[in-house]
Amino acid sequence: MDKRTTLAAAVAELRDGMTIGIGGWGSRRKPMAVVREILRSPVKDLTLMTYGGPDVGLLCKAGKVKRLVSGFVSLDSIPLDPHFRAARQAGAVEFRELDEGMFQWGLYAAAIRLPFLPTRAGLGSSALEINPELKLVRSPYDDAEELIAMPALELDVAFIHMNRADANGNGQYLGPDIYFDDVMCGAAKRRFMTCERIVETKELLAGGAIQTLRINRMMVDGVIETPGGAHFTECPPDYGRDEAFQRDYTASAKDEESWQRFKAEWLDVSEAEYQAKVRARRTAQ
Amino acid sequence: MTDVTRAEVCAAAISDNFRGDGEILVSCFGNVPSVGARLAKLTHAPDLLMTDGIASLVDGVQPVSGKRSAPVYEAWMPFRSVFDLLWSGRRHVVMMASQIDQYGNQNFSAVGSQAKPAAQLIGMRGSPGNTISHPTSYWVPNHSKQNFVARVDVVCGIGYDRAAKLSPRQRRFHEIRRVISNLGVFDFATPDRRMRLASLHPGVSVDDVVKNTGFELTIASDVPTTRLPSAGELALIREQIDPEGFANKEVR
Repeated sequence: MDKRTTLAAAVAELRDGMTIGIGGWGSRRKPMAVVREILRSPVKDLTLMTYGGPDVGLLCKAGKVKRLVSGFVSLDSIPLDPHFRAARQAGAVEFRELDEGMFQWGLYAAAIRLPFLPTRAGLGSSALEINPELKLVRSPYDDAEELIAMPALELDVAFIHMNRADANGNGQYLGPDIYFDDVMCGAAKRRFMTCERIVETKELLAGGAIQTLRINRMMVDGVIETPGGAHFTECPPDYGRDEAFQRDYTASAKDEESWQRFKAEWLDVSEAEYQAKVRARRTAQ
Repeated sequence: MTDVTRAEVCAAAISDNFRGDGEILVSCFGNVPSVGARLAKLTHAPDLLMTDGIASLVDGVQPVSGKRSAPVYEAWMPFRSVFDLLWSGRRHVVMMASQIDQYGNQNFSAVGSQAKPAAQLIGMRGSPGNTISHPTSYWVPNHSKQNFVARVDVVCGIGYDRAAKLSPRQRRFHEIRRVISNLGVFDFATPDRRMRLASLHPGVSVDDVVKNTGFELTIASDVPTTRLPSAGELALIREQIDPEGFANKEVR
């Protein structure tokens, strides 16, 4: 089945208050074209689950996020995201902080339809105080160890970005790490995959070995070709992180005027215009 | 050897901190720990495994910055494998701490209340899982009352008082081995597992440490001095591991 769709159609499925998952890690292979599309939409009060990068900063700055569930927010080459920091320091966003392994466990439990998965990670830490709904479970075996019963983290919608895909929803990552994108898809009711390029199914293996075909079409409801769709995060081997752009992004947190300038130039435009401007900027440099 | 830098002393102390670890993954945050781990691997701990900071394990030792030869990869190690590995225990991590307290509780998540922080930092990352699963040490390059605090605002890495409240089985893999700062080396070799001043870096006084620490340390009447790196170690640091003096940029 041809699952090709558009950013607008995918984001139009979002409703206020939904729980969404965003793939990638930090400032790496993030579905940023989707993030930009969400910024253009009226949706709000989202619960956002992600290994956080600039997706978090942008969505928080735009007032889209009610609650963040994550282990961290970082831009990698720049340790902290200033927009996320500002939102938190203003008390605007709740941060349901988890150990990053607990977070994986919650998504994985959802993906394999278990109510929880046990883990030692988190015991003794503030994760239990920040997330008072967490409960312990005692091993039924002789060890009788008490562990955290990490509850399934179910997503209404997941968004991931791959290097290549076919029209049916088979996806391929060509970088060094898939992060937890497959688990994100597993945990979600609706799954959208953007990609650098849609190719014929028979062409997928030209790009990489069979192990790179980690997303299969059962895991995806919609495919969107978005060249440059991870910009300004990295998407190797197609492109690295746009460090100069990322510096401009962080500088836009300096004051309201800087933010308005950044927003007018890069966010109040269509995805096609955004990509054209990125190309023009690269040529100029 | 009067020209030994403080960073080089710290790197040797961090190297010593890996003694006896064997064939485990070392993960380091900060320039000085990155130098110290490489020094350990090139001297007394050749079996240590290190990542390229992305998703692979690298054979041999690469310099921490500057010109590197093409790495020889020995294994693929994406984040998911690191998560599995750290719960298995075959890892020793050296993390940094925005706050650390007398029992070794660590915070790099937020300063102030978690609900509305005065300063939002990176988040707890893997600290809870690391500290309950395998040996953990800390590196603090700017020892002060702002980071050696009586009480951390968010417990990311769990310390000995928190571990003591868990069952023996739950805490059996918990070990905060040492805290290395720009002023000295600290451990928890006390009856109630409060932080102890284990050694002072050359040129640092007990008073320097006390006036920069926001809690009462256990201090013996005769505190040893952190050893100087040997001539061989200095040559490795300066010629092979850190020719650009990356570590010296982190600590004066």
